[in-house]
Amino acid sequence: MIIAIGQENRFEWIERNLGIEFDQWDMPVIDEKTFCSTREGVFFGGDAAFGPKNVITAVAHGHQAAISIDLYCQNEDIKDRPNPDIKLFSTKMGIHEWSYDSDVTTDIRYIVPQANKKDTLRNRKKEVELGFDLQTAFKEAQRCLNCDVQTEFTENKCIECDACMDICPTSCISFIKNEDSEDTLRMKLLVPAINKEQDILVSDILKTGRVMVKDEDMCLHCGLCAERCPTAAWDMKQFFYNTAKAGHICYV
Amino acid sequence: MSYIKPKFAHPRLPKNPLGYTRKDYEGSISTLCAGCGHDSISASIVDACFELNIEPHKVAKMSGIGCSSKTPAYFLSNSHGFNAVHGRMPSVTTGANLGNRSMVYLGVSGDGDTASIGMGQFTHVIRRNVNMTYIVMNNGCYGLTKGQDSATADYGSVSKSGHKNTFEGIDLCLLAIELGATFVAQSFSGDKSQLIPIIKAALSHSGFSFINVISPCVTFNNNQGSTKSYDYVREHNEALSTLDFVPIKEEITTTYDHKEIKLVEMHDGSLIRLNKISPEWDPEDKLSIISAIHKSKSREEILTGLLYIDNESIELNELINTTNTPLNKLVEKQLCPGSEILESINNDLR
Ligand SMILES: Cc1ncc(C[n+]2csc(CCOP(=O)(O)OP(=O)(O)O)c2C)c(N)n1
Ligand code: SF4
Ligand code: SF4
Ligand code: SF4
Ligand SMILES: [Mg+2]
Repeated sequence: MIIAIGQENRFEWIERNLGIEFDQWDMPVIDEKTFCSTREGVFFGGDAAFGPKNVITAVAHGHQAAISIDLYCQNEDIKDRPNPDIKLFSTKMGIHEWSYDSDVTTDIRYIVPQANKKDTLRNRKKEVELGFDLQTAFKEAQRCLNCDVQTEFTENKCIECDACMDICPTSCISFIKNEDSEDTLRMKLLVPAINKEQDILVSDILKTGRVMVKDEDMCLHCGLCAERCPTAAWDMKQFFYNTAKAGHICYV
Repeated sequence: MSYIKPKFAHPRLPKNPLGYTRKDYEGSISTLCAGCGHDSISASIVDACFELNIEPHKVAKMSGIGCSSKTPAYFLSNSHGFNAVHGRMPSVTTGANLGNRSMVYLGVSGDGDTASIGMGQFTHVIRRNVNMTYIVMNNGCYGLTKGQDSATADYGSVSKSGHKNTFEGIDLCLLAIELGATFVAQSFSGDKSQLIPIIKAALSHSGFSFINVISPCVTFNNNQGSTKSYDYVREHNEALSTLDFVPIKEEITTTYDHKEIKLVEMHDGSLIRLNKISPEWDPEDKLSIISAIHKSKSREEILTGLLYIDNESIELNELINTTNTPLNKLVEKQLCPGSEILESINNDLR
């Protein structure tokens, strides 16, 4: 395994007669699922695989490549991969019960402190980004929006009490008469849903003849609608995702 | 249960001419049961005040005791408020109103708070035509004390425990009209399109405005057989009219010659535009509404909409000629005109 940290990709050191193909940008040709190069048994990940991306992506690549390496060493097919562990289960809890602070605030993000420019410009070996101290890192993590909460609507349970519409902090739920065209309906919502890249959820016709429309673009996933719903017509579902990892534990 | 509400708001929330969004009229997160009708009324109050462009600091929220009376905590958090003793909201509001007539007085109460312990106060605040809006969140039970039948529970209505009410229920709208209330409306918490314009009209009315809002108690009185459940009210709701509230500044461009449409002009120049559904009723004719209510009862219907309005009435402060200056703004010179004047008053009495 070669761990490399630097500012750019350079692969002059890989001999070109090994069977590892390089593309027009001098980047290795990599399978997007297995992270295997054109030479069996040689894997790439992180910026070295598909060019500069962020650290989260690099960690994910690492997991995937590790699975491939494990399968390869066991003489198994590296294309036959374990699935991640996904659970979506009904739950009902207040937003203060999440693992992160859920009092979503408009706080601006914390800026990673940098070393004095005078020093870093003079000395190229000096590290520029100093990283967060423990306390700031913790505060930054608490800005998480908890998008792990999903809500699911069931028409025949809804008594149209409006509680969800009233509580929604971003006014994205409307109970209104349906319209012939989606565009008209989008404009009639509590606040018009103008971002057409994001779906609107339109329910079946409810008892009073109206429909429930939710603008997915604005949903914070705070789950308050489900919490205020007396009949569980909005079901709060917690989404649980565990990445597949190399080793026998995942092969269930 | 959550005790915080995210501060995030929709970035494109509409603003009223004062520059406030609907959010600026909200209160803290409700602690009422999920689905309680009272929460929808709070939301309607928020919408009405936002749309009427009322300055929040010009509003005084008055209430008594009960789940309904707790709601002022959940709307208009930038307004003044007073949580009175059980059933005593009317007298406290009367006092406040006499002390400062420049505020908008919004009283919220429950059927227990009004029709039982506060009945005496209710009748007198009407008789005096105090300039206020009085909303009863009527669920036919004492929600806060676990759902006992209240005085507005209808005869024969079945409680959650299966017990049939053996007493006649008090009809607060009929009573208010009889006592001389100058604005009387009935609505349903589940019908905001009707409730919001009614609240707007009531807040713009000069004199006593009464709104009886049927507001299901999901926890103790939303069962089969109850006449205050979501299902029952939706099935038996009979709107007398559909109504719009037209603020002063908006010009009326359409002409109304249709006999089903009635325009009622308010004291401040705003208008209520009524699209009458029932031809036998005229909101300015007391007898027609009293008879309409009685008839609807025999048909087991719940009449909703603006029931009665009297725009000629004189509200309490005008009637007894109080000062326009709030009492706390009166200076010593105005309050103590001096010994000479006192002497002349005394002489008049000799
Ligand atoms: C002087 C006094 N008597 C009795 C009570 C007990 N009590 C509290 S709330 C309530 C009834 C409230 O009923 P209602 O006004 O209909 O309000 P709801 O909870 O139904 O909205 C009673 C009797 C009290 N708090 N104070
Ligand atoms: S989960 Fe979404 S729809 Fe539900 S209250 Fe929160 S923001 Fe609104
Ligand atoms: S809170 Fe639940 S029951 Fe009430 S309107 Fe929303 S989905 Fe329907
Ligand atoms: S007990 Fe009834 S009135 Fe009180 S909050 Fe719960 S549902 Fe509403
Ligand atoms: Mg009650």
